[in-house]
Amino acid sequence: MAGKPRVFIVDDHGLFRSGVRSELGDQVEVVGEADDVAPAIALIAEQQPDVVLLDVHLPGGGGQMVITAVKPEYPQVRFLALSASDAPEDVIAVVRAGARGYVTKTISSPELVDAIERVAAGDAVFSPRLAGFVLDAFAAAAPEPGAVQPSFDPELDQLTNREREVLRLIARGYTYKEVARELYISVKTVETHVSSVLRKLQLSTRHQLTRWAAERRLT
Amino acid sequence: MMEGMDEKTRPAPDWTPRPGEPPNVWHGRGGHGRLRRLGARWGHGPFRRAREGKLAGGIAAAVAERTGIDATLVRIVFVVATLLSSGIVLALYVLGWLLLSRPDEHDTIAARALADRRGIMLALGWGSVLAALLLILSILGTGWLGLPAWPLIISAMGLVLIWRNAPADEQELMRRTAQPLMNRMAGPARSRLVARLCIGAALLAGGMVSLLLGHPGRILLRQLGGVTLVIAAIVVVLGPWWLHIARDLVVERQARARAEERADMASQLHDSVLQTLALIQRRADDPQKVVQLARAQERELRALLFEGRGPGSLGGEGMTLAEGVRLIQQEVEAQHGTSVEAVTVGDCDLSDDLTALLAAAREATVNAVKWSGAPVVSLFAEVEPGEVSIFVRDRGRGFDPDAVPDDRKGVAESIRGRMTRRGGTATIRSVRGEGTEVSLKMPRAA
Repeated sequence: MAGKPRVFIVDDHGLFRSGVRSELGDQVEVVGEADDVAPAIALIAEQQPDVVLLDVHLPGGGGQMVITAVKPEYPQVRFLALSASDAPEDVIAVVRAGARGYVTKTISSPELVDAIERVAAGDAVFSPRLAGFVLDAFAAAAPEPGAVQPSFDPELDQLTNREREVLRLIARGYTYKEVARELYISVKTVETHVSSVLRKLQLSTRHQLTRWAAERRLT
Repeated sequence: MMEGMDEKTRPAPDWTPRPGEPPNVWHGRGGHGRLRRLGARWGHGPFRRAREGKLAGGIAAAVAERTGIDATLVRIVFVVATLLSSGIVLALYVLGWLLLSRPDEHDTIAARALADRRGIMLALGWGSVLAALLLILSILGTGWLGLPAWPLIISAMGLVLIWRNAPADEQELMRRTAQPLMNRMAGPARSRLVARLCIGAALLAGGMVSLLLGHPGRILLRQLGGVTLVIAAIVVVLGPWWLHIARDLVVERQARARAEERADMASQLHDSVLQTLALIQRRADDPQKVVQLARAQERELRALLFEGRGPGSLGGEGMTLAEGVRLIQQEVEAQHGTSVEAVTVGDCDLSDDLTALLAAAREATVNAVKWSGAPVVSLFAEVEPGEVSIFVRDRGRGFDPDAVPDDRKGVAESIRGRMTRRGGTATIRSVRGEGTEVSLKMPRAA
């Protein structure tokens, strides 16, 4: 892609926004920021950035509300979820709404820039934590033998062994490059696998996935 | 006599304020000390007025708490007993209010009242006025100076002393109770108030007349009617205020519960966040240490906010594998200042084998933090039906397994030993310049 990615920051903490702004420096072009759902939707429509850094928790509702409002009209705007909270169900909810990835707020600056560029290029960004959440969600949602499948597309409801291996290595702290070397595949293939997992996560209608999230909320 | 008995049964009276109780003014160890102990010794243990759930002095609530009877029932019994006993129970109630201490107090109202000379004068004056009034009434032939009069006078005098010497919150309560009476001619609801007072006065007059002109033959009937009218008068005049007071009481109780919750939270935040902030200020010149402190604090605060766990309450019985992994992460980060990226998939309760697995994982993590020089160590645990695996990975300097210094070899062997003794495996992969990964696998007992 040509030039620096145009980035928009949505976070209710002013301190955090200015922190990210100065961290990113001139490696990306920060085109705007917002502190809540409503202004974010309006300003994103106006600016049409490449990547929106989206806080999972906003005062006016979850970050997924921004995605569901913007996505239909501006499908080219991509979202990278950011959060300080570890609650898996919130993270999964934002990713299911359409975020291309998830990183924690403790991420280092070069890693954040790398993640933004990856998302801008249309790839998925899985932090070790998100990989763990996804493995957990799909493991909990593994079909019981003989159970009636409620989904119309069973393929979406399960991860392939290869995808599972890739996610496991990411959860163990491997970079995409290291995953590729470990499994004797190309980085491009790793990216394909990760994108495929992201698609399944977003499209799967298994009720178990929802139930998993509900159970995690209870604990 | 009472004092002597007290000294025998109680080795030494406790004169020092206990921690957590409000500091209070002591009035020496004179006669009111005796009153206090007299009050405290009523019943089996020290019987004290209730602080929660009280309407007036908290005696009904305390009785209810002591006996397990519903407080409302106790209050009804009190009222009925007051009517039947011509007010003696009321007087006893006021005396109880005076002589019993509250759990949050050191001394009784009576003890403080003895030092309140003006209060005593006021009570005596008020009592004498009442006595005179009742005397006049009795001369008029109503016989009121008999049984009902003395309890009334005692109650009135007691209430004056309580009014002046009760704890601040009870004084506030009484002030609000009496406020409408005091400034009844002011405020927007004045005309309605006047109407209410007129109706009340009429009913009261009717009741009094009925009582005063009691005919010997139909005296019981007339007295009942009179009492009913008097009560009706009181309800009409004071009912709305009582409702208002009851509402205020509920609001006040909720406010106190909130305040206690806030105090709880504040103390936890003080123990954790404020201490850490103070440490950070002192270590401001050491960025590494500041980051470490902030990170440890962040996790602790998150555990408190999202999982309801207080600082330091991790571990112990009933810990699960995921909690154990989190504990390793927190401890290593706090002790060594290197961040540990912990991810767990699935969870299960800890068995002895899995505790050994966690111990090996902890050792591997500490090892990586100490030797690799990497800024981040990844800790990944996965629970599968047949086995539990933990991977500890760093992207640090790595080492050549064939040229390991003896001290590190020892650590590696101890990790391996922990695992193999329990039927598990430990594999260590390391490439110089690229990092190290320790894979630990432990089969799960069925």
